Amino acid sequence: MTVKAFGRNPQLNRNGELHHLLSVEGLPKAILERILATADSFINIAEREVKSVPLLRGTAVFNLFFENSTRTRTTFEIAARRLSADVFNLDITRSSTAKGESLLDTINNLTAMQADMFVVRHAASGAPYLIAQHVAPHIHVVNAGDGRHAHPTQGLLDMYTIRHYKRDFSNLTVAIVGDILHSRVARSDIHALTTLGVPEVRAVGPLTLLPAGLEQMGVRVCTRLDEGIRDADVIIMLRLQNERMRGALLPSAEEYFHNYGLTQDKLRLAKPDAIVMHPGPMNRGVEIDSPVADGRQSVILPQVTFGIAVRMAVMAICASSKSMH
Amino acid sequence: MIELNAEAIYRDFAARVIDLVGRRDVRLVGIHTGGVWLAERLRAALKIEHPVGVLDVSFYRDDFAQGGLAPDVRPSRIPFEVAGRDLLLIDDVLYTGRTTRAAMNELFDYGRPARIDLAVLIDRGGRELPIAAQVVGRTIELPPDVGVALTRDDDLGFHLTLEQSQNDD
Amino acid sequence: MKLEIVNGRVIDPASGHDGPAGVFVEGSRIVAIGNRPAGWQADRSIDAAGLVVAPGLLDLSARMREPGAEGALKQEMRAALAGGVTGVVCPPDTDPPLDEPGLVRMLRQRSREAAGARIYPLGALTTALKGEALAELQLLHEVGCVAFMQTRVLPHDNSVLLQSMRYAATFDLPLWLRPVEDTLAGSGVAAAGPVAGRLGLPSIPAVAETVALHTIFELQRASGARVHLCRLSSAAGIELVRRAKNDGLRVTADVGIHHVHLVDVDIGYFDANYRLDPPLRSQRDRDAIVAGLADGTLDAICSDHTPVGADDKLLPFGEAAPGATGLEVLLPLVLKWARASQTPLVQALARVTQRPAEVLGEDTGRLRVDGKADIVVFDPDAHWQLTGESLVSSGRNSPFIGYELEGRARVTVVGGDVRFGA
Repeated sequence: MTVKAFGRNPQLNRNGELHHLLSVEGLPKAILERILATADSFINIAEREVKSVPLLRGTAVFNLFFENSTRTRTTFEIAARRLSADVFNLDITRSSTAKGESLLDTINNLTAMQADMFVVRHAASGAPYLIAQHVAPHIHVVNAGDGRHAHPTQGLLDMYTIRHYKRDFSNLTVAIVGDILHSRVARSDIHALTTLGVPEVRAVGPLTLLPAGLEQMGVRVCTRLDEGIRDADVIIMLRLQNERMRGALLPSAEEYFHNYGLTQDKLRLAKPDAIVMHPGPMNRGVEIDSPVADGRQSVILPQVTFGIAVRMAVMAICASSKSMH
Repeated sequence: MIELNAEAIYRDFAARVIDLVGRRDVRLVGIHTGGVWLAERLRAALKIEHPVGVLDVSFYRDDFAQGGLAPDVRPSRIPFEVAGRDLLLIDDVLYTGRTTRAAMNELFDYGRPARIDLAVLIDRGGRELPIAAQVVGRTIELPPDVGVALTRDDDLGFHLTLEQSQNDD
Repeated sequence: MKLEIVNGRVIDPASGHDGPAGVFVEGSRIVAIGNRPAGWQADRSIDAAGLVVAPGLLDLSARMREPGAEGALKQEMRAALAGGVTGVVCPPDTDPPLDEPGLVRMLRQRSREAAGARIYPLGALTTALKGEALAELQLLHEVGCVAFMQTRVLPHDNSVLLQSMRYAATFDLPLWLRPVEDTLAGSGVAAAGPVAGRLGLPSIPAVAETVALHTIFELQRASGARVHLCRLSSAAGIELVRRAKNDGLRVTADVGIHHVHLVDVDIGYFDANYRLDPPLRSQRDRDAIVAGLADGTLDAICSDHTPVGADDKLLPFGEAAPGATGLEVLLPLVLKWARASQTPLVQALARVTQRPAEVLGEDTGRLRVDGKADIVVFDPDAHWQLTGESLVSSGRNSPFIGYELEGRARVTVVGGDVRFGA
């Protein structure tokens, strides 16, 4: 007897428009498709003399990275600047939060400085939801990664990449390989793939790196790489973090590479025109070997360019919604 | 719904464009969607080899704060160098002038053109900005609650339709 | 003082009584139940028409915030009375922990001054609750500790647990234990399963509970100790308790009222009001809890009252302090469970009156002639909305905020003294 009745998805405003981007989960397919279609327009802009459009002029975007990441923060900064927004980077480790100011107090102070949009990365799953619940109705929150839960812009740019090379989602086999248990990218990819209608999504890894409930998310679990990538159209390799390699989850990087590393030999099990993706940064020789990473089937570099366009699309669409109410 | 004879108006329009362009080496740029259809036909009429440029001015409009982004944004594509070029900017209907202003701003972000001429099939008056077209197919005065739109049938024939806007009060 | 409560429906789980009767109190004792005694002249009469008269609730776990927050005990005692609770068992995870006789004495003194519910303090099993060295169990017992608890997780070291059991068994002191194996629980904040998987929350697998239970039962067999298991949460764990009881082990168990009603899915979009310890588990586990209450595998329901300040809940789920306010929602939520499971009130109320008293070995939790006059008069049909303002406790943290509850205490009597209502 569950007492709770779920309210509206906290990302959508009263008209069903995207106001915050917190997670891919629960977003209608039409919204995902709109983001991808809008990103098409932003790809071309990089080829022009003036690489920005005036769309978000006067909008103040605050990058709040409670968890360090120069790469992701830089792409968000580039995306915001290309939309002509004013960008402010908050170095949280040196700010008041380090002195014990609570997350919501930090948000309130920044709101008082006329912030319009917060791009937030935080180590705790769910932090952006807490923020979105407490900001003024006109302010937007974009999740740049929360704990293990979600990294929606990465999920979307992965979808953009797949759409670019494969066009039609409805007849693909996609394999996600690696530490899915700890990966917010994997979770966002899974939700995006299933929402966009990919019929076969596989999660590949040892039992110690697979979370409970994958089947309920529409995923087929494979504990052997061979089985996982056989006839795959797309292979997404996840980064293995150093900490995992020493504990009780995995014996060593060498053994992991032996069992789950993508080599040219293994790649032959996939379809001949399969593409290889990686959210970066790569651990060469751990999850992927150099010939594959630099080979003709790898689309890892284009993923980066697509990332800026997709983030521009996300910010533009969120900013389009004027209020949560 | 009153029907204007779009094909007849187009013939006058094309003749005037040919006059304006003369022997200059121009590039055609159409504004989505009607302007692009017109530009494609004109390209054949002017015997221009270069592909037509396409502008979707969504990111340059002045009404983002009110209405947000259009639901169906398409990529702009200018497949030629803009800097130093003679451009012919083509749209189906010229009304307030705001779309033209946005299109020019977008073009300038590609480079500095030598010259921009504006050619529109229909000028319906109601200007809110100091914008004028060098070529007009037909000038029609229309009240604010009446819209005019260019459509294209399966045989690529043009049609112009007038529509009374619904009163939603 | 002669007090009478008349015209009510008297429900006493211990005797099975469920029917119209009067309850007559003189001083601190009940002197008659049923018809007014001949020549009886009450000093005070309470008309309980349309209401239920029952033993005051005995809550096997309620954190009263002292030692810790100076002066907070009074407020939490008033909350207990407002909830119809006449006895509270407080866990030793106070600040500082209850591992010294002086602290226990002070707590009991403050409690007497507050004139609220009776207090039954649990002493710390180990010093500072570190799980390493035994606390002075016998001395603590002599100043009033009814049992000894290791909160949160089992002692890391099994030999410490075994020796604690042996020592406690020497004096026949009961051990209260949270059946949680620390290394398996890890830094988990939600129950392992599809919900935690989806939400990306570090999780606590059910084996953290079952492995702990196996350990406890084996060591019990080796030591002869009496054990009460605090806050069962999993179907597998409850089944182990059932089998242990069938084998004749001296074990009792309780469950938190929130786990009787809520499941992991209710966490929704990371609502920290649903951050509880133990975590909310799946529908299957909840079904096992309801079945365990029906067949007596789970002896008692407690509120596990844990007031948490707003600041400690307005944090990302994993960083928020676990716990919910409980004293004032225990009664209506027990009634809700009774209705939903179609359990007659006389059986349902046993889980918060008679059985907790038997677990404690205290003479309370029942209405009997010459017994203590700890009584609650409540309106089973009173509809009220749970809001921050409607709560007496300093803890406004509840998953049920905004919900309409049914059932509310009207009068609470402790030792013949009307301490709430009327």
